Amino acid sequence: MKNKIILSVLVLFFTFCFIVLYKGLNNSNIYVPETKIEKTLIKFNSTDFYSGNKISSDQIFVGSEYYVLNIWASWCVPCRQEHPKLIKLSKNKSIKLIGLNYRDNPKNAKKFLNEFGDPYFMIIKDSKGMISVDLAAIGVPETFIINKDKKIIKRFLGSLNEKSLNEINLITK
Amino acid sequence: MLAHQIGHYSLILGFFFSILIIPISIKNFNKKNKIIDNKIFSISFFQFFFVLVSFFGLILSFVNSDFGNETVFNNSHTTKPLFYKISGTWGNHEGSLLLWLLVLTLFIFIFLIKSNNQPKKYRILTLLFQQVIIIGFFLFLLKTSNPFNYLFPTPKEGLGLNPILQDPALAIHPPILYLGYVGSSIIFSSSLAAVVAKHISTVWAKHIKFWILVSWIFLTFGIMLGSIWAYYELGWGGFWFWDPVENVSLMPWFCLTALLHCILVLEKRSTLSSWTIILSIATFMLSMSGTFLVRSGILNSVHTFANDPERGIFILIFLFILILFSLIIFFLFHKEKDQKIVKINWSSKEASILFNNWFLMYFLSVVLIGTVYPIFLDVLSSEKISVGPPFYYKLIIPFLIPFLFFMSIGPNLNWIKSEIKKIKTQIVLSFVISLLISFVILNQIGFVGLINSVLILVTFYLFFITIKDFFLKKFKNYSQIFSHFGFSLLILSILFNSILSSEKTINLKVGEEFSFREETIFFESIESIKNENYKSIIGNFKIKDKQNNFLQLKPELRIYNQPVMITSEADIKTTLYYDKFLVMNLVKDYEYFNVRYQVKAFMIWIWISIVILVIGGFLSLFQRSYEK
Repeated sequence: MKNKIILSVLVLFFTFCFIVLYKGLNNSNIYVPETKIEKTLIKFNSTDFYSGNKISSDQIFVGSEYYVLNIWASWCVPCRQEHPKLIKLSKNKSIKLIGLNYRDNPKNAKKFLNEFGDPYFMIIKDSKGMISVDLAAIGVPETFIINKDKKIIKRFLGSLNEKSLNEINLITK
Repeated sequence: MLAHQIGHYSLILGFFFSILIIPISIKNFNKKNKIIDNKIFSISFFQFFFVLVSFFGLILSFVNSDFGNETVFNNSHTTKPLFYKISGTWGNHEGSLLLWLLVLTLFIFIFLIKSNNQPKKYRILTLLFQQVIIIGFFLFLLKTSNPFNYLFPTPKEGLGLNPILQDPALAIHPPILYLGYVGSSIIFSSSLAAVVAKHISTVWAKHIKFWILVSWIFLTFGIMLGSIWAYYELGWGGFWFWDPVENVSLMPWFCLTALLHCILVLEKRSTLSSWTIILSIATFMLSMSGTFLVRSGILNSVHTFANDPERGIFILIFLFILILFSLIIFFLFHKEKDQKIVKINWSSKEASILFNNWFLMYFLSVVLIGTVYPIFLDVLSSEKISVGPPFYYKLIIPFLIPFLFFMSIGPNLNWIKSEIKKIKTQIVLSFVISLLISFVILNQIGFVGLINSVLILVTFYLFFITIKDFFLKKFKNYSQIFSHFGFSLLILSILFNSILSSEKTINLKVGEEFSFREETIFFESIESIKNENYKSIIGNFKIKDKQNNFLQLKPELRIYNQPVMITSEADIKTTLYYDKFLVMNLVKDYEYFNVRYQVKAFMIWIWISIVILVIGGFLSLFQRSYEK
């Protein structure tokens, strides 16, 4: 009898621990570096993915209320998961979706787009990874929301999900 | 590419064999004969063999920089030196779990061979329980963290191994620590098996002591290597930071140390059996929780590797299934009544072992609460706190005093009962000597607070008692003398290290100098050197002391190319009395450097004393064979 009581108390205790730890797992504690809100985008030069023409950041970020800059590469596995979300996002008319192709082989990148579709309004190349460094990007994929004053107002580390899509749509409404 | 394929398929084959063992052992268990079927040995060997092949497959993929393998791609780079390509194999989540599995399968195979003088039912049950753990790990590996995920198109270059992990001490730290953790899994399975097979006895205690010692040795050594790495590589100038992940390795250590002593009582006096089993279960559970806390990313620390909630959930569920499973077995099968009731006299060896077990449990709970309390608080009230060193110091240091006292007295008491009058004058004499010595020392360095002074006194007491035992005692237990001596030395070096160390941090330009205590430090020049996978900036510092002796120190900054990261390598001049530790960091532009100069007293003695502690454990392994 005494044993049974101890056993049930212990089981209860461990169940409690389990629940707390389970909840703790879902509390994301991935460290997101604070991008200073409204930090102005650094000026940079790049080349257009398809034509190979030189293009500067001033030429890229014109004529829209909001821009979404998405860093991707064909070798990046999470980018594949993210891609359908980007295609969904491309239907949002108030933004221009700009792809930054990070350290990629153009052939593979084109194959990737043929296979999964091209959601981007424009793709620029970052074959040496320098632009991503200027943006203080941490990894691939990574997504920035930029407003018409060329200020970064939000960033997402890792692949976009439904939640982040809603957030983007809300911001750019 | 080939290595990758072979690795992947042999992992699956290994999984197949690990499942196969279960029906065969159950069949064998029900047979009436007294020997284990040879089939079990061969299947267990194949299980180990295929995991080994798979592990080599992964190593080869790393050596060949096969970036079609996702793990290699994420953690390696063509410009990395061969040594770190190999150590990169277990320097990441997937590879390190494969290593876990490798050690698990190796240990159960060794256990089967080594335990042939034990009853068959007990051996098969241990194998079965161990298989449950092994299958759990196979599933975890194959389902959530397969090291052989395939990438297409094959990337040309990998992302690189985190530069702070590119250090020799750290290359061997995980495998050694894992040997300790996994050894505790054998203790776990075997104690549960012994409960079910009613085999808890002095024979069992003698037999399992080997595994306890092996795990303890590896765990102690592994913790030391991690600590050495933190000291030399992280450049913080300390050896223990009460970082959650460090704590997580310390908790099973407390438990295992308690078990190590408790098993002696079971062996000699056949009592404390329930306590031994609880400790055996707890040790492994704490090792598993360690894996959970580190691997799930639930804690924020320098060690947080994988941040995938799916993995965390898997280990969490697995951990709690094991906890429930072991609780049920313990309460269902273990009957205290079967054991004869033995009274423990307070002035006996077993009494002081028991006291110290309680203290170890107290230290364990302090560390446990300090580590998991922030998680609980965050979930229950969304308040974020972090528990720092002062918490641990306040709660642990005062209780070290009685702990050390019992540690000195205990080995000089007899089993069952000792006559107080017979406790010899030598013991009192050692106390007087240590009183005098600590008085002289305290006079030299000045008053350091009441608790520290008493602590120095009792530590010296343990120190002298072990020396006395070494030279004067009739029946010498060398392993105990060495370990206790090592421990007293460890506490002494930590104490004096924290009391006598000093440091200064300053921003300097080339050509400037500063003075610190009686020394002057000149910042002479910097040079820059290009290496294979990093660029280094080396500062030349000259330190002039009172007697005009010069000492050159060259701290280094390394700018790694893949991934881009700056690490600072401290330059340390080690002598028997102190370490001179100089580290520099970049301040914004390259003109000024942040220079930190530390004089750390008796640093090397901390490592030496842990080595002595471990030697004590080793000796015990051999003493065991003398007793036979």
